[in-house]
Amino acid sequence: MSAPTLKPTKPWKLTSKQRALIVGNLVIAAIISYLIVLATPMKGRLAYLSIFFIATILINFSENYFKRGLAAAKDSVATSFAAAGLIIAVVPIFSILLTIFDRGRAGLNFGLFLHDMKSNGPNDPLNQGGLLHALVGSGIMVGIALLISLPIGILTAIYLTEIKGIYSRPIKFLVQAMSGVPSIVAGLFILSAIVFPITKSSSGLMGGLALSILMIPTIARTSEEVLLLIPNDLREAGVALGGTQWRTISLIVVPAAKSGLITATILGLARVAGETAPLVLVSGGGDAVNANPFQSPMGSLPFYIWKGFTFGTPESIARSWAGIFVLLSLIFILFIAARTLSGSRSKK
Amino acid sequence: MINPNEDGNEDMETKASPSSLSEVAKATQARKEPGSGALGVGLEARSIHAWFGDKLVLRDISLDFWSGTVTALIGPSGCGKSTFIRTLNRMHEFIPGAAMAGEVLLNGQDIYEQGTDVTKIRLKVGMVFQKPNPFPSMTIADNVLAGLKLAQLKSQNKDDLLEECLERAGLWNEVKDRLNAYGGSLSGGQQQRLCIARSLAVRPEVLLMDEPCSALDPGSTLKIEETIQHLSSSMTIIIVTHNMQQAARVSDYTGFFLSDGGPGELVEVGPTSEIFSRPKDIRTENYVTGRFG
Repeated sequence: MSAPTLKPTKPWKLTSKQRALIVGNLVIAAIISYLIVLATPMKGRLAYLSIFFIATILINFSENYFKRGLAAAKDSVATSFAAAGLIIAVVPIFSILLTIFDRGRAGLNFGLFLHDMKSNGPNDPLNQGGLLHALVGSGIMVGIALLISLPIGILTAIYLTEIKGIYSRPIKFLVQAMSGVPSIVAGLFILSAIVFPITKSSSGLMGGLALSILMIPTIARTSEEVLLLIPNDLREAGVALGGTQWRTISLIVVPAAKSGLITATILGLARVAGETAPLVLVSGGGDAVNANPFQSPMGSLPFYIWKGFTFGTPESIARSWAGIFVLLSLIFILFIAARTLSGSRSKK
Repeated sequence: MINPNEDGNEDMETKASPSSLSEVAKATQARKEPGSGALGVGLEARSIHAWFGDKLVLRDISLDFWSGTVTALIGPSGCGKSTFIRTLNRMHEFIPGAAMAGEVLLNGQDIYEQGTDVTKIRLKVGMVFQKPNPFPSMTIADNVLAGLKLAQLKSQNKDDLLEECLERAGLWNEVKDRLNAYGGSLSGGQQQRLCIARSLAVRPEVLLMDEPCSALDPGSTLKIEETIQHLSSSMTIIIVTHNMQQAARVSDYTGFFLSDGGPGELVEVGPTSEIFSRPKDIRTENYVTGRFG
């Protein structure tokens, strides 16, 4: 035992002096870009940013080159590019979220969740009417899609990874091809295969069917990836204990992949919750709450948003922004729920 | 590498002075030549051949395993030991492209006979794998009892069975206070003993162990070897190992497998003490004295 004179340190972390140096370099780069914009005909925000970026790279490169050599200099350039990439990726996301919050705020009120638009027009003030019909419709249609897609998607994944039957290759190909199908095509398919020849009218069920066409490949592909990660040892252990293949899959493989399968489901839900095009075609879009998926048109959140923008009055546009805000919040809540559900088990 | 006159034999003697050595002798007397008719009890492999695709990996292995004995299979990597024991509980067929020929008689009945219920075979011939593989979604207790669920067996008193299996696997004292923790929270050696307890719960007659200690530290290895000795009185144990000291310590019989680039073959089999002290085949002698392999 050595005397406790040493304090715990982290020699691999940057010292405050190095940090100051980095900030200093950025300041110098900013000044250079300001001077160059002032002195040359290059003008505008984009010019500032580009020159600032180039100047940062040059300053960091030369500083590292003289102090620590070529490898460190190259590293600093790569770091600069990575940081720029991060900014380019993250800034738009926050910009979008902020815009939605900012514009959606005006139309938000509690009545939104209690009323529908059956007796309100696009010019009515924002405290009248609401999006209850859209919320109910979206819930029912996404629910129907989930009910259809979850078993089909997961069973498909099980067929591809566990059973590996002779049709695996064509099915894999079809699933991949289906996941690239434009959503409007899914709507047109239901329209021409079911709505026109059989039901002759749009309904929530048709919307759910169209959404499930989009949802099945997402769930199947993600579940397949998840099941492939389960080590083969576990399957062998299950079978070696006298389990049939099906019991091994249902008692061991699927529970082991549970968190991943939940994520796959949520991804599928998020994929279809915002779909507009197929719903415009097959579920119509009533303004009244309709909880019967088998009859008459049914509203949905994306449809509500789209309709508000097509009216074009300030009130209806504000309603649409509020709708976007609600839709985005719902998807966000779904993701958080998925993370918590799938994370709670593995931490133990 | 190993000098059998020191390590191996010493251990053999400490292991078994009164009981086990005499057992070995008895078993040796009663032992028949491989392939000379049904033993009635235990497991018999009759001219087992195995292929992966077109490649023959095992040629003409005949071996008898008495119940109540431990047989160690030794040999260099890639000589087909694991493939061989996987043919004994029909796990071989899980590998794509696998094929086999020959018979495996369990209590006189060929397990490869058409119409045999494979799951029943695997209940009677259990297996412990090289890497500890407790089921991650299950607690320690659920892991032990997983076999009952998988094979849809009924058990009168699950708590007793749980305790008994963990006790026999030498794990009870370490986990009795946390039976509801997940299997993954145990150390590697404990996980492997959990896997042994798991295979005991369905009451197999034969236990196949495919290098059960190769991923474990010496302390855990010792515990598992003790477990094997406890179990050997009531069942047939076949253990594949790269550790010759281990073979010398735990087994009554030892079989030496070898492949000279072609298919693996059984060079020699006999009581462990003989294999390590006076092997009949020069290749066995070279291997057990560490001159090659």
